[in-house]
Amino acid sequence: MKAHLVLEDGTHFAGEQFGAEAEAFGELVFNTSMTGYQEILTDPSYKGQVVTMTYPLIGNYGVNDEDVESSKPWAEGFVVKELSSIASNHRSRGTLDGYMKKYGIVGIQGIDTRAVTRILRTKGAMKCVISSGDSDVKALLEKVKASPGLIGRDLVKEVACARPFDWPSQPGQKPEFTVAAVDCGMKLNILRNLNRIGCRVRVFPAAATASDIMAVKPDGLFLSNGPGDPEAVPYHIKAVRELRDKLPIFGICLGHQILGLAFGGKTYKLKFGHHGGNHPVMDLRTRKVDITSQNHGFAVDIDSIPDKQMELTHVNLYDKTVEGMGHRELPVFSVQYHPEACPGPHDAEYLFDKFAGMMRENKHA
Amino acid sequence: MPKRADIHKILIIGSGPIVIGQACEFDYSGTQACKALREEGFEVVLVNSNPATIMTDPDTADVTYIEPITPEILAKIIEKERPDALLPTLGGQTGLNCAIQLHDSGVLKKFGVEMIGAKEDAIKKAEDRKLFKEAMLKIGLDLPKSGLAYNMEQAKEIAKEIGFPLVIRPSFTLGGTGGGTASDWQEFEQITQRGLSYSMISEVLIEESLIGWKEYELEVMRDLKDNVVIICSIENFDPMGIHTGDSITVAPAQTLTDAEYQKMRDSAIKVIREIGVETGGSNIQFAVHPETGRQIIIEMNPRVSRSSALASKATGFPIAKIAAKLAVGYTLDEIPNDITKETPASFEPSIDYCVVKIPRWAFEKFPKADQALSIQMKSVGETMAIGRTFKEALQKGIRSLEIGRFGLGADPKDEYEARSKSPDFKTEISKKLSTPNQDRLFYIRYALKEGFTVEQIFALTKIDRWFIQNIKEIVELEDEIKGSAMCPELMLKAKQFGFSDKQIGHLQGSSEAEIRGPRINGGISAVYKLVDTCAAEFEAYTPYFYSTYEREDEVRLSGRKKIMILGGGPNRIGQGIEFDYCCVHASFALKEIGYETIMVNSNPETVSTDYDTSDKLYFEPLTIEDVLNIADKEKPDGVIVQFGGQTPLNLAVALKKAGLRIIGTTPEAIDIAEDREKFKVLVEKLKLRQPVNGTAFTVEAAKEAANRIGYPVMVRPSYVLGGRAMEIVYDDESLEYYMTHAVKASPEFPVLIDKFLDDAIEVDVDMIGDGETFVIGGMMEHIEEAGVHSGDAAMVLPPHTLTKKIMDEIRQATYALAKELDVVGLMNVQYAVKDGKVYILEVNPRASRTIPFVSKAIGVPLAKLAAKVMSGEKLKGLGFTKEIIPPQISVKESVFPFVKFPGIDIILGPEMRSTGEVMGIDVDFGRAFAKSQMAANSALPMGGKVFISVQDSHKEKIGPIAKRLRDLGFEMIATKGTAAELRKKGVESEEIHRISEGSPNIIDLMKNGDIKFIINTPSGKKPRQDEVKIRSLAVALGIPCVTTIPGADAAVKGIDAMQKYGPEVRPLKEWHKALQDKLRQ
Repeated sequence: MKAHLVLEDGTHFAGEQFGAEAEAFGELVFNTSMTGYQEILTDPSYKGQVVTMTYPLIGNYGVNDEDVESSKPWAEGFVVKELSSIASNHRSRGTLDGYMKKYGIVGIQGIDTRAVTRILRTKGAMKCVISSGDSDVKALLEKVKASPGLIGRDLVKEVACARPFDWPSQPGQKPEFTVAAVDCGMKLNILRNLNRIGCRVRVFPAAATASDIMAVKPDGLFLSNGPGDPEAVPYHIKAVRELRDKLPIFGICLGHQILGLAFGGKTYKLKFGHHGGNHPVMDLRTRKVDITSQNHGFAVDIDSIPDKQMELTHVNLYDKTVEGMGHRELPVFSVQYHPEACPGPHDAEYLFDKFAGMMRENKHA
Repeated sequence: MPKRADIHKILIIGSGPIVIGQACEFDYSGTQACKALREEGFEVVLVNSNPATIMTDPDTADVTYIEPITPEILAKIIEKERPDALLPTLGGQTGLNCAIQLHDSGVLKKFGVEMIGAKEDAIKKAEDRKLFKEAMLKIGLDLPKSGLAYNMEQAKEIAKEIGFPLVIRPSFTLGGTGGGTASDWQEFEQITQRGLSYSMISEVLIEESLIGWKEYELEVMRDLKDNVVIICSIENFDPMGIHTGDSITVAPAQTLTDAEYQKMRDSAIKVIREIGVETGGSNIQFAVHPETGRQIIIEMNPRVSRSSALASKATGFPIAKIAAKLAVGYTLDEIPNDITKETPASFEPSIDYCVVKIPRWAFEKFPKADQALSIQMKSVGETMAIGRTFKEALQKGIRSLEIGRFGLGADPKDEYEARSKSPDFKTEISKKLSTPNQDRLFYIRYALKEGFTVEQIFALTKIDRWFIQNIKEIVELEDEIKGSAMCPELMLKAKQFGFSDKQIGHLQGSSEAEIRGPRINGGISAVYKLVDTCAAEFEAYTPYFYSTYEREDEVRLSGRKKIMILGGGPNRIGQGIEFDYCCVHASFALKEIGYETIMVNSNPETVSTDYDTSDKLYFEPLTIEDVLNIADKEKPDGVIVQFGGQTPLNLAVALKKAGLRIIGTTPEAIDIAEDREKFKVLVEKLKLRQPVNGTAFTVEAAKEAANRIGYPVMVRPSYVLGGRAMEIVYDDESLEYYMTHAVKASPEFPVLIDKFLDDAIEVDVDMIGDGETFVIGGMMEHIEEAGVHSGDAAMVLPPHTLTKKIMDEIRQATYALAKELDVVGLMNVQYAVKDGKVYILEVNPRASRTIPFVSKAIGVPLAKLAAKVMSGEKLKGLGFTKEIIPPQISVKESVFPFVKFPGIDIILGPEMRSTGEVMGIDVDFGRAFAKSQMAANSALPMGGKVFISVQDSHKEKIGPIAKRLRDLGFEMIATKGTAAELRKKGVESEEIHRISEGSPNIIDLMKNGDIKFIINTPSGKKPRQDEVKIRSLAVALGIPCVTTIPGADAAVKGIDAMQKYGPEVRPLKEWHKALQDKLRQ
């Protein structure tokens, strides 16, 4: 079946539908990871976004039961050059096409994804629609223009858990810490990593208050990744502001932005964001470079945080944006990128160990 | 960290002659490194024996030595130059081995030379199988079950423990030489024996066979701050069991999930850290079990490699250049990415296309060689293609191979229709699928057409189902095209699947042109996309393009005058690095005089496909369609076809017809030189002399012509390069065999028959002309007698036995031909001199294989000058108007791949079989020749026992040679007949049994290491089996073996000179200065 991709600027691409038959709106972004489409689709941070893969051959190894970052795919739609007609991998349990059908995600293939990427690079991320039914491009464009954007929109509430739950430590492991993790759309591999460093995790919905969290007497607070504009979740910012000097805190991605806001700073939207698995990030204290997994459209303006409370600890070597910060006095730190990887390199996994170290120190202090 | 201030002078060792497993990729990496280091202000001393390299150009390094790459010679150079550091990781295995020997012998310590990049212990840890295994176990990586053996007894013990099938790999060799797979005891003993003898340290690894597992490579870089990045992942289409060099490979990896890929990435990072490669690139190979996913580490190369060159071209990330900068102290984040300018080199390239590399073999040159592909590399070159899909890249890759195919079948050479009628076809397909061979790709297509399922093909080949599925989709579209009218949708899809117009035409029953015109009018044209390292995330500044059929075209046209240079495509025997050298020079020269240069080539190993060689690079197949597509876009002011060998020449006429301006000598003049009848007219007009000759279209006509001319005759098909199917024929019977088996003569392709001038001296002349002025660049006398292909012959410049009169006659003939053909650019003429008469054998109005050698011998960049005159400049203006006759002697020697094809006879003939060449320069012939032999890995012996066995007609001439050898301290060993003959000449020799007479015979002595030198000329037109045995064993054991009388004579002169003087080293600039001094006198 034919499908159409219409961008907010009026650009129209015709392609072939796959996955579900649907009409899906979202902010169009490109991801430069050459592997990991299943992790990308199931990353709740992609809520509200349509993802273009720059790597042209997608679906080659199918989908499996393990490589998921949440219970289901969240991206609004998927744009690829060529979808593999078979799944070839010993762990595969089905094709990407079947998977997307099952979860109602529409895909479009046969697209010059490099041209799409170049448009987004020059003009910035923009709204779009993938439509498998409607071929009236003009009408589609009107609909795109009328669709909501990301700014000021609370997407977190759509992906976060509704009720708190426990993520126990792994069988046979005696937990060293209890961590309160606020789920704004948390990737599963964050939980797996928290387990790895000896945590049992109490997961809270994004709307949890400071007293909800303190009630479980956590050794540390973890702030998760999540979709959309950080300023659109004031309730979460408020809770973190109240907890900021009470606990060791580690934030990732949206959690990093929330931390920036909780300390009185500002965030801003990047032109086309960072989505991929190859960005170099320098740890300014060791001057070492990690290759990182990235997925964010907003960034923290570290200079806006009053009294220089936060020290810039990590910087993106591509565009010099803030990739990490640490409080000058408190055991509080965060990174904009994804040390939990999935997809992407494992170079920054050590940050979880650093969090463990902070909690240990705080516990014994 | 900033660059190191404590080192100033750095020694780089090249990789020597082109051999199987070590080709021009090391010129590419070495040249990059030299440039990078000089840019940083370091003084670079370079050693390489291969004159056909850009790295040995006088301006690439500060000091260049064209000298043999041996520890002895290197020690002399180190003593003279006193470098602070040695960068050992750029010259392939040759450079690395040499560096290790220099370390072990204490030379580096003695002269205070530091190894940078990789230290000796890291190199040893990576190269020594035992140390490597220990290191891998230490970091918890999975390995195949294995054991090391130093003798046959140990080997058998290990084999018993692990069980067959087993892989045997000798340590410290080149390109897997001497390895193999054994499924039974007989095979096992044979391969193990060979492996033990090839290993520098007599060590073989015997391991669990991983045949059929998926194979991957990661290209990894590390800096002094321990930052590690993966530049590229490569998935082998062909599974484990086939040498990577013989495998079709694909970048990036296609069938690994992110989890699996990251696991491999983590392992690779651990490996480079544990092995301790401080800085630079390494290639790390893994095997993955297709059903369980078990990942096994296979090996690591602690240096740049063929794969790193491929990865550089596949991603746009210049690994060798960055490696050089890391070696002198920079860290990855301090080095900018050339392509994006604003981002640093500390990242991992993301690619948004698919890259396919396909090897090219030369089995047609070695019909008796075992053609099955295995763990010993046999291919002589490779081609790379880029497409937006695997299907597109694969079909582009196949037509880049220049094997007469225009994609995956469905072209005029497609044999499916005919072969599918055979009742045994399916059986043959199964056989061809299960035993890897060079045609397997085509058999996959046959299989699919014959109804084999993806699963069945997987079972037979273990090629991942994803690849087979993609091929299936190509085949399905082929059927669709065949049965349909070409609507725009189908046409677009066909182009996106990589179909060439030729294939579409073939399927539609029309010509290529009939497809192309309407297609373009219908709006379906190629677009060009950038290779930019970052999948379009950032603006790219380096114009490195590939074609595809999509929406957006990214070519930015300039308003400058531009010239398009067509490269030579994949390396093959007869067309290799020499032609790439010329193309690169053309680009450099034209840039110098203000042109925009556009390079078109498909060979990832070359300097020409480095993105900063030309103003624009199109990584594309060299077919009419693909070249015209670029021309349509770029509209160049001129096209150069005479530098890339036969490949672009074959396109000349069609390009001209399409309206392109071919600059330099006209295609018509080229045609006169190549067309037998037209050339005959020309020769007669100029009153020159040709051997009596004829042309035949049938067997009968051939016999008639041969008898008229008189046997022996030289026969060959018209329009060939590298002496393809060229033979000397002695009688009707062999002629008939040749006409019916070796060639298929037809009205389109006649067979040329020439009188063979036996015992003549051959002479090669390279000349440059601008239409007005003609200057000989170099005159080279072949050392072997006529009948040996000029690409295989050793040559000496200037000639050492020709009289002035003969040379003048040759000069006059050359100038007359050049004037008549109105040569603008280069021309090569081959002559034979017999009984004081000069005969013209061949004229090639184009760059020849010897251009780089001559340029270095006379100190004038002929290819550069030629490019300039082709663009309209005059030799007078360029200051080159007089032939230079150097005072020193330069010898070119060829290097052969016989060691890769056990059992092959090494006798040289009119069919070219060498893969590369070396140059020896010195003050006299003896020393220059000796150096050339040393450089070609067959150093002349300084004493010991010589085995002599020559054919009857040579017995007269061998006497004096033997006498001189005796005087030089050698002992003679000969079989009865030769011994008697020698005795007559007053030379005593030890008599020995013929092989058929039982032990102890010559074979035993050779195996015992008693024989240091062999002189063995073939006994007749058909060599006897025992001779072949001796000669091929000599190759296997590395005993220098001379097969011609002139060769033996030259060897004696070389030995004499070396005994008297020993080898001395001198940088190229000193030789050139001597030339200049002489010219001024």
